[in-house]
Amino acid sequence: MITLGVLLCVLAIVALGTGTIRLSPPEVLHALTGRGSQRDLLVIGSIRAPRVLTAIGVGAALGAAGASFQSIARNPLGSPDIIGFTTGAATGAVAQIVVFNAGALATAGAAMACGLLTAGLVYLLSYAGARTGGQRLVIVGIGVSAMLSAANTLLLAKGDAELAAQANLWLTGSLGGRSWSDALLVLLALAFLLPVLLWHSTGMTLLEMGDDAARALGVGAETVRRVTIFTAVCLSAAATAAAGPVAFVALASGAIIRQLIGSRNVPIVPAALTGAVLLLGCDVALQQLPMQWQMPIGMATALGGGLYLLFLLTRAPARR
Amino acid sequence: MFQPRPTPGRRAPLLWWAAALAMLCILIACSFAVGSASIGLRESLRAITDFDPSNTEHLLVHELRIPRTFLAMLVGAGLGLSGALMQSLTRNPLAEPGLLGVNSGAAFAVAIAITLGVIQPAVLMLFAFIGAGASAIAVFVLGQRSTRGNDLSRMVLAGAGLSVMLAAATTILIIGGTSQNQTKYASWATGSLQGRGYDVLPATLVVILIGSVLALGMSRTLDALSLGEDSAKALGISTQRAWALGLLGIVLLSGAATAAAGPISFIGLAAPHAARMLVGAGHQRLLPLSMALGALALLIADILGRILVRPDEVGAGAMSALIGAPLFILLARRMLKAGS
Repeated sequence: MITLGVLLCVLAIVALGTGTIRLSPPEVLHALTGRGSQRDLLVIGSIRAPRVLTAIGVGAALGAAGASFQSIARNPLGSPDIIGFTTGAATGAVAQIVVFNAGALATAGAAMACGLLTAGLVYLLSYAGARTGGQRLVIVGIGVSAMLSAANTLLLAKGDAELAAQANLWLTGSLGGRSWSDALLVLLALAFLLPVLLWHSTGMTLLEMGDDAARALGVGAETVRRVTIFTAVCLSAAATAAAGPVAFVALASGAIIRQLIGSRNVPIVPAALTGAVLLLGCDVALQQLPMQWQMPIGMATALGGGLYLLFLLTRAPARR
Repeated sequence: MFQPRPTPGRRAPLLWWAAALAMLCILIACSFAVGSASIGLRESLRAITDFDPSNTEHLLVHELRIPRTFLAMLVGAGLGLSGALMQSLTRNPLAEPGLLGVNSGAAFAVAIAITLGVIQPAVLMLFAFIGAGASAIAVFVLGQRSTRGNDLSRMVLAGAGLSVMLAAATTILIIGGTSQNQTKYASWATGSLQGRGYDVLPATLVVILIGSVLALGMSRTLDALSLGEDSAKALGISTQRAWALGLLGIVLLSGAATAAAGPISFIGLAAPHAARMLVGAGHQRLLPLSMALGALALLIADILGRILVRPDEVGAGAMSALIGAPLFILLARRMLKAGS
């Protein structure tokens, strides 16, 4: 925990110094305490701080959501990006950009709303006889996800070229050009929703032993599941609204932290920290690349995360 | 355990064949007539019977719509057959080249080839085979690992992970490429038949034919395999040989289809299931009908993609997913019992 926190701080300072105008860590610290030069203050205050905070917020939101989903699905592979919630949020955003074009705030709202709708749909479709099975949740999610991707393509083809290009850029998942409003959105979501997940983490832990065992211990299985899914979806939708679809961070954070500290209970906060470190680290690493190889962060995480997922599949015995 | 149930009673294969062929003829006619420029049915048929090279409409039908229509049918047939092969070999009802990442593998390999500046369709196809083969092997190994028998969702998950990863890699290649490649490639990468014509038709035709002969020749073997590995062994069937041949067929069919039209999912899932419902699980009837229904399905998807957002187009790949994904969800609900 502490290690992760320290790592995150170090990364944040490095990130604040990265870019076309390079700043050394002391310069960054000076600027943060308000004693830097005018130029440094401007660069950090208006461009880099929002970007870094967005990265941290998005990473943390995805990490926490991922850990919760994995617990609920009883499957290390259940994560909002695989189950299609992020795709759903993306569909909302694209529809908003292409059809209404009502600005960034509307995009975020549409992403939230559609992420929730998608979650409801997947939940209903995988619901059978008073319980949701983990495997079914994942598989139905993959189907819904595929359908929504196609819907995105359809929307992009229908919209006018300029808006479609804008939507397309958004779809690749990027931290470039993030403003304070993006950062605030996701940090606010974290502030409100993280406690809810923490509140239910004991319930989730008990649920992993099976519904009947949990019920015997006085946990309302389906209630915990519903609240957790709802909260985690809100978190991932907020993350998607702020930075576009960023694949696999949710999946990887939960899995990595379980590897590191064992899985006695659902590690909500550690997973959030892991997610933040992952995303920020990825962003800093990408910015070190030469210009012609600059790629959107969503693409990079999809690539790395996909590999990691396959690696997990070779390791994990299929849980029944 | 997936055992296709033989369904007695609904046995009139000839009737279904006639119906499929009639549908195909109607759709072919539609496909000639539909597009961003609407050319009437009569005019488009006249372009074939009484071709007038100075008439732009006739030229359009000849140069674009005819090859496109046949390509759609070829690709659809290849995907349908490839899906049927995969489902029978893995005994996984959710197996199909699109979902399991085989098509994404082929597409990624083709993207590499394009980035390297390869333009000959035959060489592109070779790349596609390598990509399809590599990802097929990867997904089968991952999906089979550590579980006795098979685990439906595990294989699908491996495929989904592979697809997402390869699609991202493909996009990165395109973004980093020249703008000339970008435009040429962008529509193809979403599974579109737009502007694909006579240049890719011959190579595709040859490979799909070879793959079909190979696959159809395996009918008896596949029938034996569907009884279970032990029974197949008792009947003198070599499982290894069946897998090797089947894999070759899958690679040829999926690779050729993807090289021609980009990665397209769900056709390979839907066609064999529909065929099984119509004529049962015997492979001698199932495989050819899977081909016919695959051709039908992709042609429908392509025509719809041209109609829905006129004057623009949506790739057949996206349309197939829109139509096919609900079916996949239904199947998944049926196959995976709650809580499993």
